[in-house]
Amino acid sequence: MNNVLGFPILSLIIFLPLIGAIPIMLFVPKQKEELIRWLSAITTFVTFIVSLILIPNFDTATHEMQFVERHSWIPSIGVQYFLGIDGISFLLVLLTTMITFIAVLSSWHAISERLKEFHVCVLLLEVGMLGAFMALDFVFFYVFWEVMLVPMYFIIGIWGGPRRLYSAIKFFLYTLLGSVFMLVAILALFFVYHHYTGEYTFNILKYMEFNFPFNVQWWVFLAFFLGFAVKVPMFPFHTWLPDAHVEAPTAGSVILAGILLKMGTYGFVRFALPITPDAAHTFVPFIVTLSIIAIIYAAFICLAQKDMKKLIAYSSVSHMGYITLGTFTFNPQGLEGAILQMINHGLSSAALFLIVGLVYERRHTRMIADFGGLAKVMPIYAVFFAIATMSSIGLPGLNGFIGEFLILLGVFKVSYIWAFLAAFGIVVGAAYALWLYQRTMFGKLENPENIELKDLNLREKWTLIPLIIMMFWIGLYPKPFLDTMHASVNNIVQRVNPGYTPALESFRIESGSVPTADPTHAGRANTNEPSGHGDTAHHGGH
Amino acid sequence: MTPIHIAYPNIFVILPELILMCWVFFMMMADLFISKEKKEVNALLAIIGILLSAAAVFVVMPSGHITSFNDSMVSDSFALFFKLLFCIAAVLTILISRKYIAIEGMNWGEYYTLLLFAVSGMMVLVSATDLVTIYLGMEFMALTVYVLTGYLRHDTRSNEAALKYFLLGAFSSAIILYGMVLLYGVTGSTNIYKVASFLAANDNFSNPVMIASVILLVAGFAFKVAAVPFHMWAPDAYEGAPTSITAFMAVGPKAASFAVILRIFLVALPAMKSHWVPIFWGISAISMLLGNIVAVAQTNIKRMLAYSSIGHAGFIFMGVISGTKIGIASVMLYMLAYLFMSIGAFAVIILLRKTGVRGDEIKDFSGFARKHPSLGLCMLIFLVSLIGLPPTAGFIGKMYLLAAAVEAEYYYLAAIGVLMSVVSLFYYMQVAKTMYIDEEIPGQQLVSSNALTLVVYFCAAATLLIGMFPNRFITSALASVLTM
Repeated sequence: MNNVLGFPILSLIIFLPLIGAIPIMLFVPKQKEELIRWLSAITTFVTFIVSLILIPNFDTATHEMQFVERHSWIPSIGVQYFLGIDGISFLLVLLTTMITFIAVLSSWHAISERLKEFHVCVLLLEVGMLGAFMALDFVFFYVFWEVMLVPMYFIIGIWGGPRRLYSAIKFFLYTLLGSVFMLVAILALFFVYHHYTGEYTFNILKYMEFNFPFNVQWWVFLAFFLGFAVKVPMFPFHTWLPDAHVEAPTAGSVILAGILLKMGTYGFVRFALPITPDAAHTFVPFIVTLSIIAIIYAAFICLAQKDMKKLIAYSSVSHMGYITLGTFTFNPQGLEGAILQMINHGLSSAALFLIVGLVYERRHTRMIADFGGLAKVMPIYAVFFAIATMSSIGLPGLNGFIGEFLILLGVFKVSYIWAFLAAFGIVVGAAYALWLYQRTMFGKLENPENIELKDLNLREKWTLIPLIIMMFWIGLYPKPFLDTMHASVNNIVQRVNPGYTPALESFRIESGSVPTADPTHAGRANTNEPSGHGDTAHHGGH
Repeated sequence: MTPIHIAYPNIFVILPELILMCWVFFMMMADLFISKEKKEVNALLAIIGILLSAAAVFVVMPSGHITSFNDSMVSDSFALFFKLLFCIAAVLTILISRKYIAIEGMNWGEYYTLLLFAVSGMMVLVSATDLVTIYLGMEFMALTVYVLTGYLRHDTRSNEAALKYFLLGAFSSAIILYGMVLLYGVTGSTNIYKVASFLAANDNFSNPVMIASVILLVAGFAFKVAAVPFHMWAPDAYEGAPTSITAFMAVGPKAASFAVILRIFLVALPAMKSHWVPIFWGISAISMLLGNIVAVAQTNIKRMLAYSSIGHAGFIFMGVISGTKIGIASVMLYMLAYLFMSIGAFAVIILLRKTGVRGDEIKDFSGFARKHPSLGLCMLIFLVSLIGLPPTAGFIGKMYLLAAAVEAEYYYLAAIGVLMSVVSLFYYMQVAKTMYIDEEIPGQQLVSSNALTLVVYFCAAATLLIGMFPNRFITSALASVLTM
């Protein structure tokens, strides 16, 4: 555990948005709207660029934490300022910096009142998200985890739709309700760890190496589950999500769906699995059941939606179901699929919310019935929409396919029935997504208000193009992404499922015999080869 | 009979309160010579008195643990911690009072002398180690606060508040006195250390008189900190009292009462722990439940804060119940955090008071943050801190109290506590929503003063500072925990 770079890059990434937010908050008068927009855009862009420095310096051969920074913060109770990333958080950090920049760009004209507060909120939100993905001390993590809530409350509450107040407080109450029990669980771990080792620490890496008694694990897992399940959100805790999404402004939805939801699944992978592995096993049937209910139930709800945004919100519930399902297979395929799917869903749902936002800006309605035949007036828009839809469905060649395929592969190895049910969800998923596309883009251009609609301008295109590029990249050549997380995922699998290794061998033989026409699969199989490690080690060397 | 030997008292032990009291007598004299137009001088004099007293705290500090007056007074780091806390609370209260009592047309010297008397009573209370001196300090504090509550003598709400507070307060004092008498009857001593050693040596665990004494003491002190079911006076007293006094009441007397609760129950009555812990457990749980749930329904912000302070008192009891070193330190830390966030919030309420407008309804905050962004931000910081969210003092305080409860394995109590924090989110954010999202009230103009805005900014800065760099505060609380 060290920092290959000579300077605290992670702190820099976390606090850059704060450095940008302070002058906006204190020195820029609120009339200078252009300046605020530019400052905010530049801040998020610089943060994104700085986060790219991580890529060449990241060592994919190890599961150890990298770029570690460690200082004492509250020594009297053993709380540390402790940052570090591994293959799992690395990708999520990059996703965060990218999506936030896009969210700021997308709100250029969509947010016109109380601009100053809006951009300060977005930047503070970014600080919280980045910190939560990087923190390796439990209290430090919790601080960032909660710091996200207030800015998000205001983003929904001030710039949201008609029922924004209800949605904002509902979002806040639900997420806080989940996380306060987590705080109690963190404190319980703290004292139990001290009881056995004599050391007061909140260092999660130490917790991961320590086998807590099963009774403790069980309760702690339950508390973690509440905290993370609300955030994911898993069925039946999902009801805040459609409300929050429908009322939030586009940038809010993009950040919420693109990043905030991943906090929950990231929490399961980072904390629940390695710290409470035995309890995690006993909860598998419970969580798998909830996941499958979410996948199928939310997909059917999508079919009935009249509001485009609400449809995409429910589709998020369904897609997040795959991620929790993959996580709780406890095998490398399922977990890697789940993590990759976090990125994929971040890209595709962000793109879809942007797309809905673009048409909402023009027409101030999101009702599916108000549209139809838009492909004729907005051809470029229609192309982007099509790609995002296909990505969301999981069309081979796009990112969604890789993630869902890996998850199903992992699930299949555990249970045929689960795999069948999950695959059924994909069919329904294709149905609602394609039907949405058909009803809005094709058909006759009947509504006279739609005839005059302008196609995308340059800025709008550029909010979508990076997402589209990433979708194709992951879809066609996912190896770099999977390589990044491989060592870290194997480490977690070893921890949560120690008897797994033999099964890995048998997988290799099976995977060779699975007939597939898709070239990406070959690339995937390759990552399990020892030579894959050699490549990655070389890659990390320079 | 042995002849009573009275040693020459070491006045060093009570130096801070002694200086303060002498100063108050001087102020009463001086007030006669201050003309009506220059009554502000009283505020300045009061602040000087407090600063002198605070300086005395630092003079006494190096002496460590010293006792005097036949072991009835002690000066230890625990007492000094609270004395400093009272000094800060008093200075902040004076600063927020000046404008307020001028608007109320009550700008008289008595206000400050009474306030300083209350502070010296609180100082006596936290230093007292004898049942008699405890009672003395408690009544000294309470009587002055009753008068201050009814200070707006033309306002019926203030009169009603003072009367209710006085009647119930006197009632609770009598209950405490009765408990003390029974305790003396069993143990034969009023000194809390002698009581403790007697109870340790002689098994009185099932003695009905002792049990009655514990119950009476618990009930009486629960009155003093406004814990359910002895909380009825609090909402009326909070609402009716001058807002500056409400701010003071919510912090000063409450901190003093918790200090004396810690002293009596952890020093004098550890042998009876299995009796008082379940009672406090119940009081803590229902205070959190009732305080927070009823606060949701309030439309007057002072009343809302009154109910929420009942909830906070329930939360603080977690530290008392755990009884550990962390438990005691967490009570102290929480009182410190509560001092800044609570006085800060009341200072913002005072900002809205102007002639003809009471400004204490939640709807009076409509659009407040739009018109006054920096003051609004400060209020948001206080609200977030009261909820207990990072990165504020309230989070550190709540986390530390929870840690105490978890360490002592009171998981259910901790669960109730965090659950009620979520409920508190609802009503605190209601104020934030009104400030940030609701439309402005047209023509709303603040009657502000430099001192008042200074307090708001200072409290916000302190709330953030304790939240972000809590180590110093935690170590000093840990270093000053009660020696048992």
